[in-house]
Formats: sequence, structure tokens, C-alpha cells
Amino acid sequence: MEPNMNAVFERPKCLKDTEFHFCPGCHHGILHRLVADAIDHYALQDVTIGVASVGCSVFMYNYFDIDVVEAPHGRAPAVATGVKRVHNDKIVFSIQGDGDLAAIGTAEIIHTANRGENITIIFVNNTTYGMTGGQMAPTTLLGQVTTTSPYGRDFRQDGYPIRMAEMLATLEGAAYVCRVAVNKPANILKAKRAVREAFRMQKEQMGFSFVEILSACPTDWKMTPVDACRRIEEEMIPYFPLGVFKQRTIADHL
Amino acid sequence: MGALDAGCRCYFGYPITPQNEIPEYLSRHLPRQGGTFIQAESEVASINMVLGASASGARVMTSSSSPGISLKQEGISYLAGSELPAVIVNMSRSSPGLGGISASQGDYWQAVKGGGHGDYRVIVLAPASVQELYTLTCQAFDYADRYRNPVMILGDAMLGQMKEPVLRQPPVNPALPGKGWAVSGKRGRAANVIKSLYLGEGELEAHIWRLEEKYDRIRQELVLYEAMDLEDAELILVAFGTAARISVSAVQAARKQGLRVGFIRPISLFPFPEAVLRNASRQTSTFLTVELNTGQMVEDVRLNVGNGARVHFYGRPCGAGSLPTPGEILERIQFLYGTAREPRQETPHGTEHERRV
Repeated sequence: MEPNMNAVFERPKCLKDTEFHFCPGCHHGILHRLVADAIDHYALQDVTIGVASVGCSVFMYNYFDIDVVEAPHGRAPAVATGVKRVHNDKIVFSIQGDGDLAAIGTAEIIHTANRGENITIIFVNNTTYGMTGGQMAPTTLLGQVTTTSPYGRDFRQDGYPIRMAEMLATLEGAAYVCRVAVNKPANILKAKRAVREAFRMQKEQMGFSFVEILSACPTDWKMTPVDACRRIEEEMIPYFPLGVFKQRTIADHL
Repeated sequence: MGALDAGCRCYFGYPITPQNEIPEYLSRHLPRQGGTFIQAESEVASINMVLGASASGARVMTSSSSPGISLKQEGISYLAGSELPAVIVNMSRSSPGLGGISASQGDYWQAVKGGGHGDYRVIVLAPASVQELYTLTCQAFDYADRYRNPVMILGDAMLGQMKEPVLRQPPVNPALPGKGWAVSGKRGRAANVIKSLYLGEGELEAHIWRLEEKYDRIRQELVLYEAMDLEDAELILVAFGTAARISVSAVQAARKQGLRVGFIRPISLFPFPEAVLRNASRQTSTFLTVELNTGQMVEDVRLNVGNGARVHFYGRPCGAGSLPTPGEILERIQFLYGTAREPRQETPHGTEHERRV
């Protein structure tokens, strides 16, 4: 490196120097970076334990250079509970998709939030089951065509898309609940602040923190990455409004 | 009590009869000892909390009864696949479905043959007294840690509700391997990953064969059983758990009448005492298996005795008021003893299959 040249942008320390397996235009790479940024920002790499959920998120141990335990489908919050109760001085988090968190793992996420488990959940809402090939998710928008809603999601048949952040914000145990998007630079910056805030809440033992991230799945949406980002803006955000739904300023135990 | 004396400081469970005494007791005592007790939202959540705590290096237990154990099977498969130690107690009740809350041994197959998905084994211990419940629970934690494998205590409603004196003397802890594999934050070492997903070429098969090698070691090192009066036996009764407890009275009564009856009680159901049965079948060719079900362990008995042996079965699948009495079993012994030297009667099972009508 030339003298007098300072690095202004680097790969976060806790991300491995390896290629992502994610599809072109997938937002997982961005949100991995946001999580890694928060871990590095608070210097938590050596004390953080990740819980790998089932879905495209399962390979977190290929990318994060931290301790990781893999959970069955939907059970990441329960596994994280077990980890945190043994290591209550460590940082425990999971990245869960919408099938994992809002369908098969609904009971686990609600009760983990309600117990006020001092962990962080990053919720990837891309309105589809990415890894299994684009089936209908609980968050699939009305009218959205998926491989199992070939005529478009119809509320008479499948009910309505679930707004998880709003639902979890009603629970006393939740300390921080927000929804962000990563479809454009301004939103990514807000998302970065939100993820940092979630980890800060855990660090300060405020209780359960939750960041829902509206994300693109261009492959299963059958869109270009640019169109997918536009869809987040035009279709997802109107139904899933961005914002902070709950923010505790003082922990229950204080 | 056994769990506490074995150093278990984490328990995750969900209420179900007839085992609520376990979570109720631990909810009082664990927090006082700096431990964790969580009544989870479901059996599914509780077994996954077990997974998380085990991955973190803690000694951890959950307990339930038949329908609840079915729900835990997903997590048990993951525990086995991820090679995580844990103790799972099944105070089994009568099933299928909701069945009933009385004692039954209908979960033998589920416990011993896997229960969840995939190629794996769980160490299964079957106590027959409250003292054994205590001692085997203590030992279960050691076995789990030694082999990095889930261990199941298979009891039943009768044992679960029994009151007996217990000598509270935990077995001396053997030297156990450390838990350098556990997740705890990677400070000072490379990151630890605990997983059961293997997608690389040939990876999964290698993993499964490695597990199988471990199960082979368990088969060689961990067989537990009790045997009585085999030397001169013309008929050998085989039973485990509560059925064994009842059968012992029948065997003793038969001996008093001069009938040369022996008795084998498998204590570890996996690993099954295969060699013990094989050797016993050189002594006699007539066996009677007694179970509180319609015939599950009897299949393992048949697999392991010699080809010429006749393995009879007497079972009461239970439900309220359906426990067999020692007298009932003695009648079967007397009848079979008389036929022990008669020519073999072929049935669809290859041997006589007795059922109470």
C-alpha cells in the first residue's frame, strides 16, 4: 500500500474472505454486511454466537467468522434461547427468513419475544420461500404469483400477508422492533443504524430486539435486480411500512 | 434429583401427565442453584432450547410423556446429527393418540429404533425402580457427554408416580472428554460450528458412517442388564422396566414351585444385550418376553436368540386397569414350562404369540 493512503472502506473483520453463494441481486449479501458491521462496530466478534436458521440463511457459518450453531426449521429463537441462557454474557443472534419465522416458527418467535429473551433477530422478509424455489410465504402479497399461488395470492384461499414487526411490537417483552429496507442507499444507511441499534439493545441487556428487513429475491420473483428493488419501493413498503414500532429506553430489570 | 446431582443446571419442558413432578420439582430447585428452568411454549420449543444449551456446553435435560416425546423427535434427530449430548426423559403413557395416562411400554420402538428422521441411534436406559431412576439419570449425563449423543430414560407412568426410598449417592464422575467443541464466542481460538447439514460431495455419507462407528463403540462398551438364575434355566423370561418388576415376582414364585426359570432384564435397550441373549439361548431354547404392549422388544429378543429358540410373548398394552399381575405371568410360565420340550409350533411369526383375550 502507498504511504498516506488510508483505507476508507473494508470488508468487516468478522466476515470471511469468501464468495457468497447468494443469487445475483439477492439482498442477503447486504444484510450480512450490515450485521457484520454492527458486530465489528461494538467489537463483539469474539463474544458473538450465531444461530443458523433453515433457508438461504443457513450458510451463515460459511461467511461469518464467529461461533455458530445450526437450528431446525423455524426453531432458531428457541435454540438461541438455550444458548443465551447458558451464555448470558454473550451476544446471540439469528437471521431468519419469512417461511422460517412467520410460518413454521411463529410460536417460537412470539414466545421468545414475549419472554424478553435478550437476543437479536434479523428477519428477512422477501415475500417468498427462497431456498425451496419460490413458494408462497405468509408474507406473500395479495395477488402475488408464486409456485404455490399460481393464480396470485387470494385472501379467500390463503388469508393475508402477516405484518410480523407490528405484531411483535405489541408484546411487553420486546425491547426494539423496527422495519427497514435495503432497496436503495438511503434505506441501507437507515438499515445499518437499525441493526446497530438492535445489537446495542442486546449489549445493554434491554431485552428482545428485532429488525425486519424488506429484501429482494429477484430469482424467485423472476425480475431483474433493478426491478426487484423497484418492487420493494412500490409494492412492499406500502403494505409493510418502514419505521420503529417499539423502542424501550430503560430495561425492565433496571 | 438425579439430574441435579449429576450437575444438570438447565431444564426446558412443557407440562404433560404423568411426568409433571419433574418440571415442578426442578422449577423449585434449579433457580436456587443458579440454574435455568423454562416452561416452554411447546415440546418442540423445549427440545430446541435443549439443543441450544447443549451446543453451549451445558448439562441439560428435558422430560415428557409419549405424545410430547413424539413432538420432540425432530429435535432429537438434530441432536443426534449434530452430536450433542442431552438427557431426555420419557415417562411413557398409553397410546396411540391421546391414549391414556396409565403405564405402557408402547414407546419401545420409538425410543430404540430412532423415532425421528434419519440414520441415528439414541442411548436408551430403562429403569425398573425409583433408585434406578436416580442412578441411571446420573449416569445418563455421563454417557451423553462421553459419546456426544442424546440419552433417553424410558420409564412409564407407574415408575413416574412411584414412591420408594432412594439412596442419594451420585456415581463418581468418570473422566470425561472436554467440551472444546461448544459454542461460547471464539475468543482465543478458531470459530466453532455445530451443524448437521452436509451438502459437499461424499460429506454426509462420511458423517453417517462416523456416527455408526460411534454407535458400534456404544454397542461394545455400554450394555447394561440384570440376569438371574440362568445356569439351570429351562425357560427364560425377558422383560424391562415395570414389566420386569412385575415379572420378577412371577419368576420367584415359579422357582419356589421348583420350576427352573431364569430371568433377563435389559437395562440398556440401546445398546441391547445381544450377547447375553445369544449365550442364554445355548442354555435353553424357550423364552417368554413380557411387555406392556402388543409385542415390541420381543422382536429384538427373537433377532438375538439362536435359530432353534422359541420366543413366546405375553403382553398387556395397558390403559386403566390393565397392568398384568404376577399371578397372570406365573400362569403363562407354568403353561409354557409344560410345553418346553414339546415340538415347535409354527405360527405366522415363527413362534407362538400369546395375547390376552
